[in-house]
Amino acid sequence: MTREDPAGQAPPVEPPVLETRDLTIRFGGHVAVDHVSCAFQRGTLTAIVGPNGAGKTTYFNLISGQLKASAGEVRLNGETITRLSVAERCTRGIGRAFQLTNLFPSLTVRENVRLVVQARANRGFDLFSRADSHVELTERADHVLSEVNLLQKRELAVSALPHGDQRKLEVALMIALGPQVLMFDEPTAGMSVDEVPVILDLIRDLKRDRDRTILLVEHKMDVIRSLADRIIVLHNGELVADGDPGEVMRSAIVQEAYLGKAPEPAPKPGAEETAHG
Amino acid sequence: MIDRLLSGDRPNSRPLALVLIVIALALAFAPFLFPGTKSLDTAARICIFIVLVASYDLLLGYTGIVSFAHTMFFGIGAYGVALSLSALGASFTAILVGVLGGTAVAGALALAIGLFSLRVKAIFFAMVTLAVASAFAVLVSQLSTITGGEDGLTYRIPRVLTPAFKLLDMRILDVRIDGRLLAYYLVFVSALVLFLGLLRIVNSPFGRTLKAVRDNAFRAEAIGYRVIWYRTAATVLSACVAALAGALLAIWIRYTGPATTLSMEIMIDILLMVVIGGMGTMYGAMIGATLFILAQTYLQSLMGAAEHATGMLPLIPDLVAPERWLMWLGVLFIVSVYFFPDGVVGRLRSRG
Repeated sequence: MTREDPAGQAPPVEPPVLETRDLTIRFGGHVAVDHVSCAFQRGTLTAIVGPNGAGKTTYFNLISGQLKASAGEVRLNGETITRLSVAERCTRGIGRAFQLTNLFPSLTVRENVRLVVQARANRGFDLFSRADSHVELTERADHVLSEVNLLQKRELAVSALPHGDQRKLEVALMIALGPQVLMFDEPTAGMSVDEVPVILDLIRDLKRDRDRTILLVEHKMDVIRSLADRIIVLHNGELVADGDPGEVMRSAIVQEAYLGKAPEPAPKPGAEETAHG
Repeated sequence: MIDRLLSGDRPNSRPLALVLIVIALALAFAPFLFPGTKSLDTAARICIFIVLVASYDLLLGYTGIVSFAHTMFFGIGAYGVALSLSALGASFTAILVGVLGGTAVAGALALAIGLFSLRVKAIFFAMVTLAVASAFAVLVSQLSTITGGEDGLTYRIPRVLTPAFKLLDMRILDVRIDGRLLAYYLVFVSALVLFLGLLRIVNSPFGRTLKAVRDNAFRAEAIGYRVIWYRTAATVLSACVAALAGALLAIWIRYTGPATTLSMEIMIDILLMVVIGGMGTMYGAMIGATLFILAQTYLQSLMGAAEHATGMLPLIPDLVAPERWLMWLGVLFIVSVYFFPDGVVGRLRSRG
């Protein structure tokens, strides 16, 4: 993808922000992600779809470093990051939101965000100042909390928060981290129908900032249609389709591999579909 | 002022604040409030154990690391001072050399253990510390030409810190102002500074990060904290403070041996003190250490008195006979863990 194509139509002049080359992981004999090569441009939102067990979350884990690749490489801004730890990848600009709520449960809502702000400001090894004396960090955390409408709940412990608010907090952590690459793994999973638009608006705001590259694993077709610039389809760990949303959703392979699995929605563009987990 | 000393970490409960103030004042004026060799010795031990237990709380309560090597670091600090005083003679230079040497060795050993074994699962780290601590205890008892073996080391400390030294010729509140009193205040002030230092560390950005690591190490890593470095740093810090506590003990009791510093019994005592006081609170160390050492010291004589008082009744004198004190200590623990699962501090805080 990085090769220049002089005769090409709409040349992608910019090199991709994130790229995976032949990325592969095997668990014993099972190949969960199989030679996936894909590049992601700045300012785009790519939806990753595929049936359960297709390797979507595993693909994310390989990019953010929770899993180590068996073969292939992950490149960020042209540099390989395949051997770096999770924290180092995060510091370089890969932000990851999780599918199952994965926060700091005994700490307050504000402290959760403040920790991310603190990590970004690289103050973690400050041993002798008082944490509450770093007013600028707390203010930044409160600013992010007001963006996701959780400011009034900032003193609550996360474990006391309803599920929908925990999902919002998850997005808040990503806003606070402000990474170059953002990965959302089913950000609306388990949320009630009326809460879903709140999360989508937050992601849309993040996308509006053209510097970001967003990857989104999502099952809800209406969500994908309203947000994605591009869809890639994973099936049995392989990349089977890649392209413009309308085009990919109409393709035979998606009908069979992905939408075939959810029988109810006839995939007509613009058709009303309700959210389901 | 007080808020600054406590690094903004207020007790947040009126009864808790009251208890802590009573303990702090009692320790500050112990030589005058409770005259006598035994009570002064008890007060000094309480000071030393508050620091030791607080440093363990940094590891267990704040970072979520279970280690069984804490007495080893305590012992390294004590042996550092003991060896240095034996070799260099009774001088403050010798004490300084011993303190610095012991702390450095403890820190280096903690760094090595941390880097080698904190990557693995928590249970393996606990096992590694257990193995290293046992090996160290065996080593100390075998190298008897250096360490005095099981007999330990007895040495002289600077005369200024002994009862033979008279600072003033007068008495205050009928207490002699001698070197022993100076030694007590050396222990007290050092313990106070170390405790307040630990309180600052747990309320620093670093301390907050440790809590994040304890709560969810996986996520802490995913927002950019290298968990292994934070765990290792906490281990090293806690080892250094434990070594300093050991040095204080060595100066105070003028003897260092395996039984007073390295034994597994002390390790279990530390664990109990943290749990009884309340994990992850720092103040729990003050309460846990005070309760435990008082019980350890006075339960036996208290029971002796009870045996006399109930001499006429059947069965009861046998139950409260002094030699059964360990059983009653055990009962006390079971009761306290049952009624205060979050420790005394947790209980007092939840009451408001």
